[in-house]
Amino acid sequence: MRVKMIGNYFEILRGGINTTFQDKGRENLYHIGIPFSGVMDNRNFLLANKLVGNHLTAPVIEFAYQGPHLKYTGDQLNFVITGDVIFKIKKKDNEIDGVCYQSYHLENGDEVNIISTNKSVYGYLAIGSEIDLNFQWNSCSINTKANIGSNNGKKLDSGQKINLLKINSNKTLKKVNYINSKIENIRVIKGTNFDYFSDEGKKIFFEKEFVVSKLSDRMGMRLEGPKIENIINTNIKSEGLVKGVIQVPADGNPIIMLSDHGTVGGYPKIGVVVSVDYDRLVQLAPGSKVKFQEIELSDAETLFKLYEMDTKNLLNQI
Amino acid sequence: MLKNISNLGDAALYCDFGIQVNKATNLEVIKYFNTIREKKIKGINNLTPSYNKLIISFDLRVTNFSEIKNKIENLDTTIEQNKNNKKIEVPVCCEENFALDRDRLEKKLNLSYQEILTKFFDKEYFCYMTGFIAGMPFLGDIDENLRTQRLETPRVKVPQGSVGITEQFANIYTFDSPGGWNIIGNTPLKVFDDSKEKDPNLINPGDTIIFKKISRQEYESKNDR
Repeated sequence: MRVKMIGNYFEILRGGINTTFQDKGRENLYHIGIPFSGVMDNRNFLLANKLVGNHLTAPVIEFAYQGPHLKYTGDQLNFVITGDVIFKIKKKDNEIDGVCYQSYHLENGDEVNIISTNKSVYGYLAIGSEIDLNFQWNSCSINTKANIGSNNGKKLDSGQKINLLKINSNKTLKKVNYINSKIENIRVIKGTNFDYFSDEGKKIFFEKEFVVSKLSDRMGMRLEGPKIENIINTNIKSEGLVKGVIQVPADGNPIIMLSDHGTVGGYPKIGVVVSVDYDRLVQLAPGSKVKFQEIELSDAETLFKLYEMDTKNLLNQI
Repeated sequence: MLKNISNLGDAALYCDFGIQVNKATNLEVIKYFNTIREKKIKGINNLTPSYNKLIISFDLRVTNFSEIKNKIENLDTTIEQNKNNKKIEVPVCCEENFALDRDRLEKKLNLSYQEILTKFFDKEYFCYMTGFIAGMPFLGDIDENLRTQRLETPRVKVPQGSVGITEQFANIYTFDSPGGWNIIGNTPLKVFDDSKEKDPNLINPGDTIIFKKISRQEYESKNDR
């Protein structure tokens, strides 16, 4: 009997902890209260798309910790997972352990089960196909806080379907050798309220260890450590925030703004994490120990250029 | 006037318009904001105007701090701008279940709720900025006798539509959100509408707001959320 195909799709058997569609995010909307959103780890996003032959900023599935369990129905396609991720691919007769940065074919009935990220937070699943998604302000990125983006701005849940529009015709399997490096020293430029803190507080900020709290998400990373003493005012008049800003509220524990952050805030800014460290910063799992290290603007700019060149070189190897 | 430009990290400019928070300072911020938007300067990918600051974010792949700083310092802000600021009436119901901080405000301000509402509805408000959550307007200035601090412990969930006051400002919660402002009522208006991509905010910086007290019945009939 011939099975009539009514389209190619994934069925979500398990949604995972925080699974969303993401792309490069949205620009020029801070002034109305909408942050960039977009992928947390940009390098792993670009690599994922390149490995399945998508254009570099195509939508991907981002997951945190435990990822989704998906069942595929349809014609053969390629998929890849990037990050530091433990996952299984279930074929008709066997189940294999998947390897990151290596694309695989999926056939009708196959399953991908993303067990968890390994000592990291975010992983990416790219599908070699156009996905049927709703875009808002030129981005599919799901912002669960404002319910903006594809899937009505909500994270993916079991029972839902991901419909595919056009599978990439080139199904050559690709891989790249890449290992995510861990970060222990987060480099920061002094913030605009650096002088709100006591000499002792400043010393603590740059010398002591802080631990990533489990109250961290796409909006912000909370850190716990010795209290950073404020000697001027624990509030400022609300003003704009950017990704990487480290605010210190009255309790003395720093919070780092991440991709879905509130666009304005009223806590003093002790520092800003530099762009070059952002991809690795977001991968710090709760319990990780970190130190802040001061860096000059010119060095931050140079290091970012080198990082971008490194990313380009990796992409060129695929 | 723009007093000082510094860097906020490696991908943003921090423009300081002085410590005064008033309409004149804020209009200067908005003037820069509008001018920069119209100029479409290469590499700038976000602008955040607030009471007395303007943050300019840029793509470090395309440009850098000194390039953008130079452009902002040489910006001609004297060009006549199309001002399309609006006057918007916002209905607010302050009856039971909506006025979450009625008791607290009566005690803190030493006024009856009736007196609080009279003072609140008796003024026109100016929108200084929008943000924190999508579309939330920061309005001012409220009557001097109504000024009080945030809640000591912020609510985990302030209901959508809540109208809050703190210090010299009022705001409207466009979504269910954590928050610590004193809630005096709730509006049935949709203040943020993401189906209108071009203009999702009902209220924009520079607009004038008039709050209008409505009954529970009027609230129900106007509820378009």
